[in-house]
Amino acid sequence: MAVNRTNLTSNGFAGNQVLYSSRNFWSGLLFGIGLIAFMDEVFFHQLLQWHHFYDLATTRIGILSDGLLNSFAWFAAIFSLFMLSDLRRRNALWPVKWTGAAFLGAGSFQLFDGLIHHKVLNLHQIRYGVDILPYDLVWNISAVIFIAIGLFILSQTRIAKRKKAGNSHA
Amino acid sequence: MHDNHALMDSGGFLPLFLLIALLGISPYLAAVYFSNQKYRNWPLQRIVFWSFGIISATAALVGPLAEQAHVDFRMHMAVHLLLGMLAPLLIAMSCPMTLLLRTLNISAARTVMAVLKNPPFRLINHPVTAALLNIGGLYVLYLTSLYHLMHESAFLYAVIHLHIFLAGYLFTVSIVYFDVTPHRFSFLYRSIVLIVALAGHKILAKTLYATPPEGVPRTEAEAGSMLMYYGGDLIDAVLIFYLCWHWYKSTAKREPSFIK
Repeated sequence: MAVNRTNLTSNGFAGNQVLYSSRNFWSGLLFGIGLIAFMDEVFFHQLLQWHHFYDLATTRIGILSDGLLNSFAWFAAIFSLFMLSDLRRRNALWPVKWTGAAFLGAGSFQLFDGLIHHKVLNLHQIRYGVDILPYDLVWNISAVIFIAIGLFILSQTRIAKRKKAGNSHA
Repeated sequence: MHDNHALMDSGGFLPLFLLIALLGISPYLAAVYFSNQKYRNWPLQRIVFWSFGIISATAALVGPLAEQAHVDFRMHMAVHLLLGMLAPLLIAMSCPMTLLLRTLNISAARTVMAVLKNPPFRLINHPVTAALLNIGGLYVLYLTSLYHLMHESAFLYAVIHLHIFLAGYLFTVSIVYFDVTPHRFSFLYRSIVLIVALAGHKILAKTLYATPPEGVPRTEAEAGSMLMYYGGDLIDAVLIFYLCWHWYKSTAKREPSFIK
């Protein structure tokens, strides 16, 4: 962490947020990844049954990449919530920063899934027996919007962080 | 279903089932009883974990499920989940090594610890070795003709099922430190091994969906591999939960300098 710990001891809550700034970021980011992967499974695989568990077009590298990513997301969903409780316990939760990072994580996973998995590796398509283009567009554009929202929120917290760190010097 | 009559005929399995379960549970109860004379009472939930661990392992080996597993890949997968994942998890959670050490006298307990610290034990208790034995063993079983051969030979069947249980147990205790663990690895290290091993399990499940093992009909392979995939997710979620829970408890001690 870039901030000097000794300058923050008198700054209480805001000081904790800055001190654990990067843990807020990682917890949010991992939660976003875990949540979107979980929603993908629940909505697109189980409820709508648009996605297929396996279709014959899937490449070996597609199965490999899907396995690694979903296994990571499963871990991320659980670990990020333990990080969240840890931040609360330390009185260091920074909800805005956490939310921004969650949007960034969710959008990045969605974009990776939409471009690399669906298109490059042919893992499975969003839906079968329909014109796929509108689905792909909605999927990937919404992913980009999530990323943009996340980056915007994070840039705001960066300004706030400078202020908070500055206050503690005064 | 291939043979419903097998299910009917196996009504007589119950005495054998109870006998084996009892044989598995009673040494643990005896150890609890004797060590409770010397130390504070052993937690009740650990006795429950051990009992359910033994029961799920027994259910995988004796009775209708075990019989069906010989002919039906879906049932084989249920056996695999019970014997290779659920039973090891429950048994690890019951902390049998801690119980053993507090039941033995001090010099015997020291000998046990010395054995556990031996290089061969440390090697198989290493998270990477344990993951390879566990997940790698499954690749060998399903992607070679071993799965087919296993159903031809009772000896192979016994050895492979023993391996499935032991490797599952070894993997569980090498990743999550429920019990006495002489040589420890960092949270990050074990997390990475767990993620890669879980990925290996998922990849194998999808591979089996695409290319069934020798002699397994396609519909059975599809249902069986999905059971493997989602059942594995469920049990691994418990592993991940406890791994993270231990991190949560230890990180408070490690970084106490936060501002209140």
